[in-house]
Amino acid sequence: MNPVNYLYLAALLFTIGATGVLIRRNAIVVFMCVELMLNACNLAFVAFSRLHGNLDGQIIAFFTMVVAAAEVVVGLAIIVSLFRSRHSASVDDASLMKL
Amino acid sequence: MNTQLAAYSTSTGEAVQFWILGTVAVIGALCTVFMKKAVHSALCLAGTMIVLAVFYLANGAYFLGIVQIVVYTGAIMMLFLFVVMLVGVTAADSLKETIEGQRRLALVSGLGFGILLIAGIGNASVTEFTGLAQANANGNVEGIASLIFTKYVFAFEITGALLITAAVGAMVLTHRERTERARTQRELSEQRVRDGKYLPPLPAPGVYARHNAVDIAGLLPDGTPSELTVSKTLRERGQIRDVSMEALGDLKALEQRAEERLERKAVGPAGSGRSEEASK
Repeated sequence: MNPVNYLYLAALLFTIGATGVLIRRNAIVVFMCVELMLNACNLAFVAFSRLHGNLDGQIIAFFTMVVAAAEVVVGLAIIVSLFRSRHSASVDDASLMKL
Repeated sequence: MNTQLAAYSTSTGEAVQFWILGTVAVIGALCTVFMKKAVHSALCLAGTMIVLAVFYLANGAYFLGIVQIVVYTGAIMMLFLFVVMLVGVTAADSLKETIEGQRRLALVSGLGFGILLIAGIGNASVTEFTGLAQANANGNVEGIASLIFTKYVFAFEITGALLITAAVGAMVLTHRERTERARTQRELSEQRVRDGKYLPPLPAPGVYARHNAVDIAGLLPDGTPSELTVSKTLRERGQIRDVSMEALGDLKALEQRAEERLERKAVGPAGSGRSEEASK
């Protein structure tokens, strides 16, 4: 097996995540799909790191993880405050700037 | 692993692992998208992330594999579960399409995007790879550390600032300043008397002597369940069990058994069959 297969898997996972973002209405599930896309990118970075034989890809993946952690914290805080003001986690209900 | 051999293909064990766990990862990702309840989606995503951690380890990224398990499945997914518990009381996903045909178009464009990505990778002719044997010679963690603290040190420090900003931002977003004083119990009771709504304490849930669980509404004298007896959270989730019909059914079964025991002739055709069986 060639490690390029990891890239195919990463592409597949990214596609599934992107489709999920488009299909789902629940803000939490949409957010989980974004996480799936980030993870797919990380897998691609790690596979590239192995293909090229240096560790730079792993470092980029590490930074992606840190940024994803920060993003999750802020995103979930936004979802919680949206839910408090609108009593719903659906992305359709957040179509207005004000209540 | 022999570096000469590793230049063209991986070991058979890794191939087997890839095909088995890769299937698990794709199924987990699909379940994340298509599961109805947010909790199930979160659990499926956690499974996919664990599989990805195994792939990182297989690709020689030992540090990232452990970090993936600790940070993603340990911290981020648990944070997701916390928020699902907070928000998910009314987490039913609306099935109504706001834009007509959006779901179908999304599936089609997703399919097209996937084909584009995979065809792009397939076009690149990669037959040999370097492998990390040389880069990991002094240990994976040491290799990453020597890069982070020299070449990427500026980005690393910026990351620290980003994390602090995120923590402060989350606190600012979720913190609520109380604009008015909380009302005391005395004021609340006076309010109730003034409104003349429901003065005594709320009735207790459960049908005594048969059920006493909190999710069972107490029965009124006429046998209908009273919603007032069940906690507000359960009422919002729609998790009230109605046993008013069950009680009648139990009573009927009890009467039938008594008739069989006393070998009385029942009136109905089913009852007569039962009594014959009992007499044998």
